[in-house]
Amino acid sequence: MKIARSAKVAALAATGALALAACSSGDSGGSESPAAAGSIGGIDCATGSIKASGSSAQKNAMTEWINAYQTACEGATIEYSPSGSSAGRADFINNQIAFAGSDAAMDSDELKQAAARCNAAPPINVPMVGGAIALTYNLEGVDNLVLTPDVTAKIFNSEITNWNDPAIAEINSGVTLPDAPIAQFHRSDGSGTTDNFTQWLQAAAGDDWPYEAGSDWTAKGGQGSKGSDGVAASVKSTPNSIGYVELSFVETQGLKAASVDNGGGPVAPTADTATAGLAKAKLTPNADAGPGDMTMEMDYTLADSTAYPVLLLTYEIMCQSGNDATTLPLTKSFLSYAASADAQGILTEIGYVPLPAELDTQVAETVAAIS
Amino acid sequence: MNTSLKPLDAQASRVQGSSVRVGDRIFRGMTRGAGIFVLILMASIGAFLVWKAIPAFQNNTGNFFTTQEWFPDSDPPVFGIAALAFGTAISSLMAMLIAVPIAIGTALFIAFYANRRVSTSLGFLIDVLAAVPSIIYGLWGLQVLMTHMDGITKWLNDYLGFIPLFRNELGIYTKSIFIASVVLAIMILPTISALSREVFLQVPRAHREAALALGATRWETIRMAVIPFGKPGVISATMLGLGRALGETIAVALILSAAFEINWHITEPSGNTFAANIALKWNEAGPIGLSALIASGLILFIITLVVNMVARSIIAKHKEFSGANG
Repeated sequence: MKIARSAKVAALAATGALALAACSSGDSGGSESPAAAGSIGGIDCATGSIKASGSSAQKNAMTEWINAYQTACEGATIEYSPSGSSAGRADFINNQIAFAGSDAAMDSDELKQAAARCNAAPPINVPMVGGAIALTYNLEGVDNLVLTPDVTAKIFNSEITNWNDPAIAEINSGVTLPDAPIAQFHRSDGSGTTDNFTQWLQAAAGDDWPYEAGSDWTAKGGQGSKGSDGVAASVKSTPNSIGYVELSFVETQGLKAASVDNGGGPVAPTADTATAGLAKAKLTPNADAGPGDMTMEMDYTLADSTAYPVLLLTYEIMCQSGNDATTLPLTKSFLSYAASADAQGILTEIGYVPLPAELDTQVAETVAAIS
Repeated sequence: MNTSLKPLDAQASRVQGSSVRVGDRIFRGMTRGAGIFVLILMASIGAFLVWKAIPAFQNNTGNFFTTQEWFPDSDPPVFGIAALAFGTAISSLMAMLIAVPIAIGTALFIAFYANRRVSTSLGFLIDVLAAVPSIIYGLWGLQVLMTHMDGITKWLNDYLGFIPLFRNELGIYTKSIFIASVVLAIMILPTISALSREVFLQVPRAHREAALALGATRWETIRMAVIPFGKPGVISATMLGLGRALGETIAVALILSAAFEINWHITEPSGNTFAANIALKWNEAGPIGLSALIASGLILFIITLVVNMVARSIIAKHKEFSGANG
């Protein structure tokens, strides 16, 4: 702790000195010249300091990775502020950060706007942190609830309002469901979790989900809670309730998660089934992005008894070429570490989902190519 | 202000010479500067809000004042503040209804009924209530109060359900405007109570003794001597409390269900307020979304200004009791 702090102070002092000497403007955070000392996860360390911001869904992964990186690599300072995906993308466009974390890939408009800061070369989206969205419920005596997209859509759309509805009973034969009103919780704040959850409903439930997908909850009825922790706490304290949260909250709060049957049999949300689900995502590079863009298209309708379909994939947005020379070494080294088997391995422990091996290799290559 | 200062000014210079006069001038300049600074600050906040809100007004395809939806980042953007205005007004109003009688009651008790030991410790406790951060109130409301409110909300539904306000058609009693109002009431209670107490203590002893000498009981003394004298002060205390209730953010954001509909059944999960909505939507809002949130902030700013102006005019009407005749 003390060492990390003094390193931070040193880096800050160096930044200040550089800024004074060069009077550089629009810098994304200064840096000393890279002097590799040590390595982490097979990646050579770099020194200096960079700032990043964006997706709060990535927060725990970033905190974990930054701690590991700064412990192994002396003289490196990385700051990630989880201010939200949109804020992160805006910061990136305004050249305030070295890379942005985002729940959604940058679209063509944003890529064009962001090109200015990357020396006129459009930036790229690279998937880095995967996650599963669990349907968590609080029903006494029911331990393995199965839900289909249609039934889930009708529950969250207030069309099914009682747990003993025949539609739920039909897909849960042998389970005694209580005669109680369903208390359904959604996120009251804007969130990438809501975005991905509603995209799944839109893709897999068809006409049963008449709303648009997006980061704001659009359906009528139900109750909103702030943050995944808020939804998890609400479900935990409210009998006969259901909500959607990232998988990590199910584990840390001791909640129950429903298995999802997308048509290929019920699948429980685990790191393995979710990674298998991520492996079905298709690579759809954006023509307006730089070479090597890895915008992905999720297959929310996959019907497979081993792959969980309700998934979340968050990106890092970075300059493919035209990176600031002072921030490039550390950005590249840190993100290479994030793509390494070591760093992806940590994800399982903290409730995220590692990228599938094939995709991860490609991510590592893409990051190694930035210049 | 100026007219009352001048004679003093002149007097001072006559008595003590010009050095005091310079000090007076500097001091007057400083206070005037402070006053002007506040006005400029308010004006620039207003100008900033208007400037940033323009894109939202230009792109909105709904009616800003009547639409009960909030989709500023969809294509085309549709949003309106109807539900926010309703939620803000009704939650603050309910909070005032609960808090004001209790606050005035405790203030009178501390000032005139309690013995000295009780009144100091009770006054201290109420002041401490004001120092509790609002996130603590929010978490407490969410995790403790909400789980104990079922009884009273069910009772309201069973016995007063013929009044639409208290009817609950869902059978779900959590995350409601009613619970938020109770938490808000507790949050504004210390502000109103502490200020009212100070005002009541300012009532000239002569007024009270005169009332007692005329044979008034203690209650009659309070009704005839204390309350009329303290009225403007209590009104300003109430308005300060109302200001806090209108602008309270995080406690309300945690408790309310944040739905964009006007629901008169205040014990059902529903409701949203200006401040809570800004806190909840800010992080993931797009360009029009941010502008729309600022536009809603502008409306809250205007509402607060109007409320305070009305309060001022009420106080001005009751000026004859303002203590100058004490």
